Amino acid sequence: MATERVAGRRRSRRSGRSSRPTADRVAARLAHHGMVSILTLGFTAGSLAAQDVVVGPAGPYTTVTAALEAAEPGARVRILSGTYREGPIRVRKPVRIEGVDWPVLDGGHQGSVLIIEADDVEVRGLRIRNSGVSFVDDHAAIRVDGGNRCVVDGNRLEDNFFGIYVARSEGCRITDNVVRASGDREASSGNGIHLWNARDVRVARNQVRGHRDGIYLEHVRRATIEGNHCEGNLRYGLHFMFSHETEYSGNVFRSNGAGVAVMYSRSVRVADNVFEDNWGATAYGLLLKDISDSEVVGNTFRRNTTALHSEGSDRLEIRGNRFERNGWAVRVLASSQGNRFTGNDFIDNTFDVTTNSRRNYNHFEGNYWSAYRGYDLTGDGVGDVPYRPLRLFALIVERTPEALALLRGPFVDLLDVAERVLPAITPETLVDASPRMTEVTR
Amino acid sequence: MNTLKITKYQLKDAARSKWVVLYALFFLAATDALFRFGGTGERVVLSLMNVVLLVIPLTSIVLGAMFLYGSREYIELLLSQPIERRTLFHGLFAGLALPLASAFAVGVAIPFLYHGAFSGAATTPLLLLLGTGVLLTVIFVALAFIIALATDDRIKGLGIALAVWLFLATAYDGIVLAIIHLFGEYPLQKPVIVLSLLNPVDLGRILLLLQLEASALMGFTGAVFRRFFGSGLGAVITTAALFAWLAIPFALGRRAFARKNF
Repeated sequence: MATERVAGRRRSRRSGRSSRPTADRVAARLAHHGMVSILTLGFTAGSLAAQDVVVGPAGPYTTVTAALEAAEPGARVRILSGTYREGPIRVRKPVRIEGVDWPVLDGGHQGSVLIIEADDVEVRGLRIRNSGVSFVDDHAAIRVDGGNRCVVDGNRLEDNFFGIYVARSEGCRITDNVVRASGDREASSGNGIHLWNARDVRVARNQVRGHRDGIYLEHVRRATIEGNHCEGNLRYGLHFMFSHETEYSGNVFRSNGAGVAVMYSRSVRVADNVFEDNWGATAYGLLLKDISDSEVVGNTFRRNTTALHSEGSDRLEIRGNRFERNGWAVRVLASSQGNRFTGNDFIDNTFDVTTNSRRNYNHFEGNYWSAYRGYDLTGDGVGDVPYRPLRLFALIVERTPEALALLRGPFVDLLDVAERVLPAITPETLVDASPRMTEVTR
Repeated sequence: MNTLKITKYQLKDAARSKWVVLYALFFLAATDALFRFGGTGERVVLSLMNVVLLVIPLTSIVLGAMFLYGSREYIELLLSQPIERRTLFHGLFAGLALPLASAFAVGVAIPFLYHGAFSGAATTPLLLLLGTGVLLTVIFVALAFIIALATDDRIKGLGIALAVWLFLATAYDGIVLAIIHLFGEYPLQKPVIVLSLLNPVDLGRILLLLQLEASALMGFTGAVFRRFFGSGLGAVITTAALFAWLAIPFALGRRAFARKNF
């Protein structure tokens, strides 16, 4: 749904120039969806025709490799409970692989465990552990290389280098997997869910913990990332670059080494996520670098060192977010321009807004600021006195971070009051002309 | 023995006068109001912090100096008795610092008790706040003794007391800020740590902030502060600095009292 919304926006933006290629693409996509459903129907019919291939410690097949060899395209391969150590298992035909009572595929610390090279492969209910660790190759528990329309659903991946690695693929669904590792160094730890050069991907309701990056995207188009839970990863909870027209919603990113980083992309929608407890000198709730024409809507940022950091990012719509008890709620560098902050709640942050410039290129309007001391005599819910969210002290700290030692000292508070009454150094236009008197998001 | 007697007499005196009760009531009212304005335990500690860091040094140093000027005759009378000067000093000091410190501690602790915030997340910050407040009381009472013994002119003495308070509570921060601003190009973390060790008010504030607002201080340079003040060595140095602040003014005050020609 969401992907189509993003695609739709793109369509309408382009339609001014030429409508032809877009129409072609829509037709192609419709045909593609049709094909998927026909294929799915085909599979259902196939399984009714009893094409099941069963793998178990007692046979008929005792190795997954042998069962895959014997299976017809479209067959269902059922793996019964047991531990299978076979080295890399290659899937070269469209089959449905299903685990019964959590069979274990053990990679024995050598290479990838399950490599999918065919289209329309489904993998469910497997427990995969111990892929190889390499500084050269990206070994993974499940590695999809060139297979389109794959489904990876409800698996448990434990102590692998990479969890799920998808490359050169279209239309994959990665859902309800639990991906865990106990990496202690970034170099010897891979990403939980890694997508590279993929199209139309959906990643939903997965749990990723202890990997390098929880979810990683590079050169991905039209992805939907929703309802995932990334906690305690060494570097980023979510990390993506060059991935346009993507949507992230309803995810939870908690206690990751460096929070979430979103870079070099346009038409991104970040909605209803929770960014929490990302603490440390270089930790961000959400870091936006070179992002344009995107939305950050309805998210909750709680107890991060820097909740939202924006550099080189233009024309962003930042609306209805809740910033609560962060060190820095919003850090907008001067390289970010034309961003609109409206209807957000800023509650008990040490610094609500900071910037490295004495000019302001962004717009603040109708936000709630818990530090606002104005009044509302007209009774319309909007404060009668404009609010200046940038404290003079925030600018001083931006220049010389050592000044933080004076935080909350009476002298510094006095300076802030003086600056607020008579702004001399802080940018005059960085002002919320209609601050709300009550919280917006609750 | 005699020290105890003098302290006891002074405590009775303090109990009869209204200022200790007023002082306790002030903290009680402030803490209670902060709770009623929707504060949770931790937020109340944070709001109280500024009150504590400003008010305690001011009251301790001013009331201390006023007491010494006001009871000059009483001190002279006691000096004519066969009592050692050290003993008399200890008695007077305890009789002054004890009511102030306990009035503060009781005034803050009672609202925490009946608002049910004494145990839980706020316990450590609250205990740290109480400890800081008590230490600041003792330090500034000692400073009051030094000032009141240095000059016999009561107006001049009070003026100096106010100036010392103003310097340590606010102006010092201004100087630190100026230094940071002037030498912004140099690595300043260590000098700033040293500078904050030299002022008991700053030291108390940073220790409290690290308990309460770690998220902000942990970013950027904050990591350095946290590493220092949070580490074992940092804790030792910080405690040593606080005790130096306790011991040096106390020793100086006692020496001045012993040598003073009344």
